[in-house]
Amino acid sequence: MRRQVPLIITFIAGTIMIIAYFIPREPFGGLRQRFSVWFLIIAAFALILGIGNLIKIHGKRISRQSAGWGYSVVLLVGLAAMSVLGIGWGIERSTPFHYLFWNMQIPLSATMFALLAFFVASASYRAFRIRSFEATLLLAAAVVVMLGRVPLGNLLWPRLPAVANWIMTFPNTAGQRAIMIGIALGVVSSSLRIILGIERTYLGGGQQ
Amino acid sequence: MSAIEKLRNIDRRFIFIAIALAVIVPLLFPIGLPVTVSPSVQKLYDAIEELPPGSKVLMSFDYGTSTMPEVYPMNLAVAQHCFSRDLKVVGTVLWPEGVSLGQNALEIAAEKYGKVYGTDYVNLGYKVGGMVVIQAIGRDIREIFPEDFRGTPIEELPIMEGVRNFDRFRLVVTFSAGDPGVREWVMIAQARYHKKVGAGCTAVSAPAFYPYLDTGQLVGLLGGMKGAAEYEKLLQSQGPATAGMDAQSVAHAVIICFILFGNLVMLITKRKTERRSL
Amino acid sequence: MNQRRAVFLLFLSIAFFFGISTAAQQNAPPAPPTEVKAFDNPNDAGGGITITWNKSADDGQGENDVLGYEILRSTTSGSGYQKVASVLAGEESYTDGENVEDKVPYYYVVRATDAEFFSDSAETLPAVAKPQWFNTNRISMLVAVLLFSGLVLLFISWAKGGRELYIRPIAGLAAVDEAIGRATEMGKPVLFIPGIMDMDNMQTLAGITILRRVAQKAAEYGAPLLVPTSRSLVMTTAQEAVKEAYLDAGRPDAYDPDRIRYLTDNQFGYAAGVDGIMVREKPAAIFYMGCFYAESLILAETGHSVGAIQIAGTAMPAQLPFFVTACDYTLIGEELFAGSAYLSREPRLLGSLKGQDFGKAIFMLIIVVGIILESFGIHFLDQWLATG
Repeated sequence: MRRQVPLIITFIAGTIMIIAYFIPREPFGGLRQRFSVWFLIIAAFALILGIGNLIKIHGKRISRQSAGWGYSVVLLVGLAAMSVLGIGWGIERSTPFHYLFWNMQIPLSATMFALLAFFVASASYRAFRIRSFEATLLLAAAVVVMLGRVPLGNLLWPRLPAVANWIMTFPNTAGQRAIMIGIALGVVSSSLRIILGIERTYLGGGQQ
Repeated sequence: MSAIEKLRNIDRRFIFIAIALAVIVPLLFPIGLPVTVSPSVQKLYDAIEELPPGSKVLMSFDYGTSTMPEVYPMNLAVAQHCFSRDLKVVGTVLWPEGVSLGQNALEIAAEKYGKVYGTDYVNLGYKVGGMVVIQAIGRDIREIFPEDFRGTPIEELPIMEGVRNFDRFRLVVTFSAGDPGVREWVMIAQARYHKKVGAGCTAVSAPAFYPYLDTGQLVGLLGGMKGAAEYEKLLQSQGPATAGMDAQSVAHAVIICFILFGNLVMLITKRKTERRSL
Repeated sequence: MNQRRAVFLLFLSIAFFFGISTAAQQNAPPAPPTEVKAFDNPNDAGGGITITWNKSADDGQGENDVLGYEILRSTTSGSGYQKVASVLAGEESYTDGENVEDKVPYYYVVRATDAEFFSDSAETLPAVAKPQWFNTNRISMLVAVLLFSGLVLLFISWAKGGRELYIRPIAGLAAVDEAIGRATEMGKPVLFIPGIMDMDNMQTLAGITILRRVAQKAAEYGAPLLVPTSRSLVMTTAQEAVKEAYLDAGRPDAYDPDRIRYLTDNQFGYAAGVDGIMVREKPAAIFYMGCFYAESLILAETGHSVGAIQIAGTAMPAQLPFFVTACDYTLIGEELFAGSAYLSREPRLLGSLKGQDFGKAIFMLIIVVGIILESFGIHFLDQWLATG
């Protein structure tokens, strides 16, 4: 019974959503949006579970004084401070929350994103090796696109940006499309499995 | 470990230092490499050029602080272009951090061309829901955005007079750093409401959107800082992206050097082992 | 001198005459729009009437001074007209959704305006808005849904009947056991990252189904499993799936809910948190299964630097190159969705994969036929496939 109820709900909701796609009139027309709004409401409430989990795990770590418990203190203080400042003084310009957001959150996020440049360099140093014919092709295409996408390429050979563009527009688009069609069919087939209750591992149950 | 072995397993921190220098030095001492305009950027520029003055453009700021260095310059450049052509800009936001980033770009561009908030441009603020928000705009924009980000009722904003849904917009431009972003705007605004959609996105995600460009589902696409620099060139203005292009050029060259160097080391080791086995 | 003055006066009078005549021409009202028609907006939920017209003769041609069109509406013929909308010059249609009630007849007039004057079109016949039962623009989609679902169901029933189905080997999935085994031997944990999107994303759902299989193996082998999530709902779902997996493996005692934890919704905050876990815990096997964005390489490179076997799977085309570069195995696009079926070897799940493959073959055929037809200027397939 514990497994049957969610499966029945999934089946009914899934089938109605498919039918609703083809019927514009109410109540079918606006169903998709209504379901999405419901999901947003549930997800917003689920945030409480997430924060509860954070407090529980880091609280435990502090009380046991396990390795790195000092960082857990920083985390919980940060969580509390931002919540209190945001709820108490609002998030408009010239509020403490806004100040902390712009001067801590933004630089920290940007720093993590900027790491990508370094990791792209180290990964390509390792990966682009002439091991086979295909790898050589890949390497050549990578070099052309990398140079063609920056002004330097234009200086080296004025037609390089056009060649890079050709690679991006034709071979790249063809590959991307093939992958996208495969993904779309994969999504449809997965959705069917879930709606029909064949795939139910996401519910926590086994195959039975 | 031989010298070659050491080079093969080079400590990646050396690579990191080289990349850091390749970015920092050209930023401090600009070289001024010339920028060439690619067709996808030209297309978006042309789409805006073709709009008659007074047309309304829906601009969505769907990026955050982490991707701001890449996306903000194109946001600023396109906003300036719109105001220079006397177009009216209605801003929406699908990423919470996009409210102040988009507003900042609009304010700077508006100041340059003497545009007034509420009459020539407006920022309707952030709404949670991604695709749901876009669908709601298609049905009734006033239902989902009853007021702007400052809390002014939409009825009191002259620019919103007669705007009910996508009908009054000649063009939709999204500046997007992920999901929700380009894909959602194409799926709803273009596919369902047949609006022209242009986009600016991070360089990493740009290849995924080239198919849309090809099918005409996107009228133009700016990819990363390069796209923004090209747009700045079309506008004949020196913006933040143009300044960053030198750094990007040198960084790309350094990465290519490392790749070639890595292959050279591999070939030498291969030859050595072959000789040994002989 | 006088002669000069006379010539000047003559010139002035000619200029004045032409000036007046041009001004008079510009001051004439624009030609009205013609062929104005109003009808129920097709394929909607009601409450919409579409008005179409032919542009004024002075819009884009003639005097070329039309600024725009105003749409006027009334519920009685010949009187009570009120403006409902205005559109810019060059437009030839408008869908009126402004407080339009179903089953009420509306009359429309389209007014062409220039800077000073306007001229009205003839009144339209009454139009009534009504909701539709079927969106005719989506017939091709309905056919595709029926065909594809039919194929999947057919193969599922064949599989249930005991027919052997061949599924090509997928290296990334075949390596799952090896990766978990290696972690067990080394006494190090297994790290599973279900992407950064919420449970409404199919990739996250596919990731959780693979997590269920990975967790069972980890429980059987006795390797600790860490699952940091960036969404609360994903955390609760993952906890449930892992708990059941440990139960099925007969090791409910080994299940520790604290190992499946929520970090943050913030994309790069999450990347920083996971990187921290990798550096501290030094997992021997790392799985990336779900929807990833720019954090993909930041995670995968850190994972590589701690020497873990890495298996990734995502349907984000832009992130695939990063995973291919930094990971040992990568499930590309649809392979992610096939993961659960492949790992379980359950006939009904495998049957659906087979159906999917045949669906793909049909799509390929349609693409080839479409290219040939379009090349010969025959557009019916293209038009039939276009949905609205």
